[in-house]
Amino acid sequence: MNIIDMIEIQLNGKPHQLKKSVNISNLLKTLQISEKKVAVEINGIVISKDIYKKHIINNKDVVEIVTFIGGG
Amino acid sequence: MDDKLVISKYIFNSRLIVGTGKYKNLQETAQAVKNSGAEIVTVAVRRVNILNKDEPLLMDFINPKEIMYLPNTAGCYNSEDALRVLRLARESGGWNLVKLEVLGDSRTLYPNMIETIKAAEVLVKEKFEVMVYCSDDPIACKQLEDVGVVAVMPLGSLIGTGNGIPNKINIKIIKDQSKIPVIVDAGIGCASDASIAMEIGCDGVLVNSAIAKSKNPIMMAQAMKKAVIAGRLSYLAGRMEKSLYANPSTSDENKIS
Repeated sequence: MNIIDMIEIQLNGKPHQLKKSVNISNLLKTLQISEKKVAVEINGIVISKDIYKKHIINNKDVVEIVTFIGGG
Repeated sequence: MDDKLVISKYIFNSRLIVGTGKYKNLQETAQAVKNSGAEIVTVAVRRVNILNKDEPLLMDFINPKEIMYLPNTAGCYNSEDALRVLRLARESGGWNLVKLEVLGDSRTLYPNMIETIKAAEVLVKEKFEVMVYCSDDPIACKQLEDVGVVAVMPLGSLIGTGNGIPNKINIKIIKDQSKIPVIVDAGIGCASDASIAMEIGCDGVLVNSAIAKSKNPIMMAQAMKKAVIAGRLSYLAGRMEKSLYANPSTSDENKIS
């Protein structure tokens, strides 16, 4: 693949490379993460699950994928 | 007897809320929650482990359709961080009922009430139903109620210390003045502490460390369940009057000598 087709994002605090024009749904699928069990924030904004298929990830986006863990 | 815990529009049979932190593993967490009879569990929001997709998830062990998840803001030291976490939690699970806690410092984990009230105001405006970890300060609790939170959760003593409820009078004043549920959060160390909270008249108790850090968490979960029920019944039944001198339990009538 041509390097021009790749972008770099910050994913959960670490650099991560992916293809251009990937939406959130695609990213989660690639990472083998179930949409139902997580929430996604991009550049500080929580993204509604309804638009995971529409929302394209851009170069240099800061992406956070979170889930629930044990806590008091 | 119809004695339910009502928080906002939600109705619960159990008055015990259980935290899901500090257990050996998720199997033990799930078993303890089951044995506690709790219908609400607190949960934290953290980054997904991208590198290890096989890491077990809490949702695989405790089904949020069966047990209500109450997302918390553990580890947040200002209102902005707390708001960020709860907005993510709402999107993740779709729940509006959340537990707000904004901490003051890492040594005491005492709540920062100025930041807490600030965050509570924003959350209420954003249609969250907010249960709030707070100091056992009647004025702060009243301010939170005026802001529109659905429950106040004053600490019994510092988080994770198991020091019980040294200041019962404050908790009693808070309960007396509040029109919303009062749930003792933090400090419960053993079953009798939970009973005391309920005998004061509190609407519920939130317990984590006392169960998770017990030598037998599964058994302690059962003990807490029974202690909360016993304390509630004792409160509803009403205690006898105290007297300075003895009052025989057996009548002197027809005594043989």
